[in-house]
Amino acid sequence: MTLWRPDLSPLVWRVFQRNLLVYRKTWKVSLSFNFFEPLLYLGALGFGLGAYVQQMEGVPYLYYLAPGLLASSAMFATTYECTYGSFVRMAYQKTYHAMLATPASIEDVVAGELIYGAFKSVLYGTVILLVVAALGLVASPWALLVPPVLAVSGLLFGALSMIWTGLVPNMDSFNYFFSLIITPLFLFSGVFFPLAGMPAFVQQAAWISPLYHVVNLTRDLVMGNPGVHLIGDLVWLLVAVIVVLPAPVFLVRRLVIK
Amino acid sequence: MRDVICARDLVKAFNGKEVVKGISFSVRQGECFGLLGPNGAGKSSTVKMIYCFLPVTSGTLTVMGLDVQKKPREIKRKLGVVAQENNLDNELTVMGNLLVYASFFNLSKREAQLKAEELLAFFGLEEYQHKKVETLSGGMKRRLTIARALVNSPEILILDEPTTGLDPQARHLVWQRLRSLKERGVTLLLTTHYMDEAVQLCDRLIIIDMGRILEDGRPRDLIGRHVGETLLEIRGDTGVLDSILENGCAYLKGHMIVGDTILLYPTDGQALIQALRPVSDRFSHQALRPATLEDVFLKLTGRGLVDDFVEA
Repeated sequence: MTLWRPDLSPLVWRVFQRNLLVYRKTWKVSLSFNFFEPLLYLGALGFGLGAYVQQMEGVPYLYYLAPGLLASSAMFATTYECTYGSFVRMAYQKTYHAMLATPASIEDVVAGELIYGAFKSVLYGTVILLVVAALGLVASPWALLVPPVLAVSGLLFGALSMIWTGLVPNMDSFNYFFSLIITPLFLFSGVFFPLAGMPAFVQQAAWISPLYHVVNLTRDLVMGNPGVHLIGDLVWLLVAVIVVLPAPVFLVRRLVIK
Repeated sequence: MRDVICARDLVKAFNGKEVVKGISFSVRQGECFGLLGPNGAGKSSTVKMIYCFLPVTSGTLTVMGLDVQKKPREIKRKLGVVAQENNLDNELTVMGNLLVYASFFNLSKREAQLKAEELLAFFGLEEYQHKKVETLSGGMKRRLTIARALVNSPEILILDEPTTGLDPQARHLVWQRLRSLKERGVTLLLTTHYMDEAVQLCDRLIIIDMGRILEDGRPRDLIGRHVGETLLEIRGDTGVLDSILENGCAYLKGHMIVGDTILLYPTDGQALIQALRPVSDRFSHQALRPATLEDVFLKLTGRGLVDDFVEA
């Protein structure tokens, strides 16, 4: 078997720029969804639940929760984009078809979409990071490394979402994606509480959750606990990105080009 | 004139089912070439292979001397494509659509702006340039789609059913623009299931049905060859056909029955009408009319195009 060599060109950036341009016309509408929701969680749980919990792994609950919500809302921004957003462009607006009639290849189009998905992760994660910093919940300049982590995490969640979009191209199916995959990740990846109190199999299962590794990274960077223990999480994410990245190209090609 | 598109034994199959069954044709530089046929004939699949969207199953296909399977990016750089579905960026303005598309052909900002202004003027869309696409009428969207396909100043413009769904006025406006593009030397390749469109625009055409070419030639020649200049249409009581054939045989080249209508191909229309006078009280409808490509298609396939369209 020969190595897969994707037919990529600089037009990847045109695809990305095209999406960015459309986003600049519509961002006011989509902002609330991905932005206010995590702040509501932070307010309700951080202050409400935080009043009872007080300390979590040695820090006030609000400090513990903020980096987790930052990571998970970045995940949501990307997964919405690469399911609903990509599907609408592919199936309803026929944007892929229009772009493929230019010199762009299907690899260019999918790569541009994934980079746009990763951009959403960085954008929403960083905005929340800034809000959290303004609230005084960021303890360390190591937090400056959070956006690059969100970029890697965005690529991974973008690819996973597009795999689902490619396998089950149907608006209704995305509900399943969120109920069966994304929500469990949200609940069992250490966003709200440490997994130490959970049954052993849940703790072990968390290792296969991408969000678990993202939360580990963002939390320790925000709190200023960098260390070699984070390298494992980073390597896990990078390997996962490399492994899953080709799949969306094959699946989307199969859908768009019959 | 050199051939700019050349197809030899071209086949397209989806999951083993052939929709284009080994067709050969060539398109010359500067002409308007038509692919005419009912829905499902294989027209769209053929043009999608030409603009390198669908892979070729077998046969050879070259565009401007380049193999579609080997040089898609080079080919697409020189093509303009107007796909069947509206695929404009609805959230962007009219101007925005052109500029974004131009960026895929690496036009500089200034080049793109100038080209876009020129195209908007050509298609009568200048006053809408800051409007969002979703506010435009169907005819304007279509004109914008064609304008967008021209941002890279293509040598060949491919149009997949360019006026389907447009009202008559909007269709004529599109035809007019396409004719003036042809005068400027752009090669046009279009698919259509409208006979009048093919006659209005095409220098040469192929008639396709069920993945095969039935005929090719100039529209007027095709009509002359298969049907003749005029054609007599008759509806009448049952059994009237026998009387018609008996009385009119001297002036008849042939006939055909389509539903409740008898189509007669006369050698001399007026003489045929005279010869049929004795039985004409049995006709509920009689009309001598110019023959059209529709009649050619009917004769070749025994089916109408429009019927197929309705079914599809």
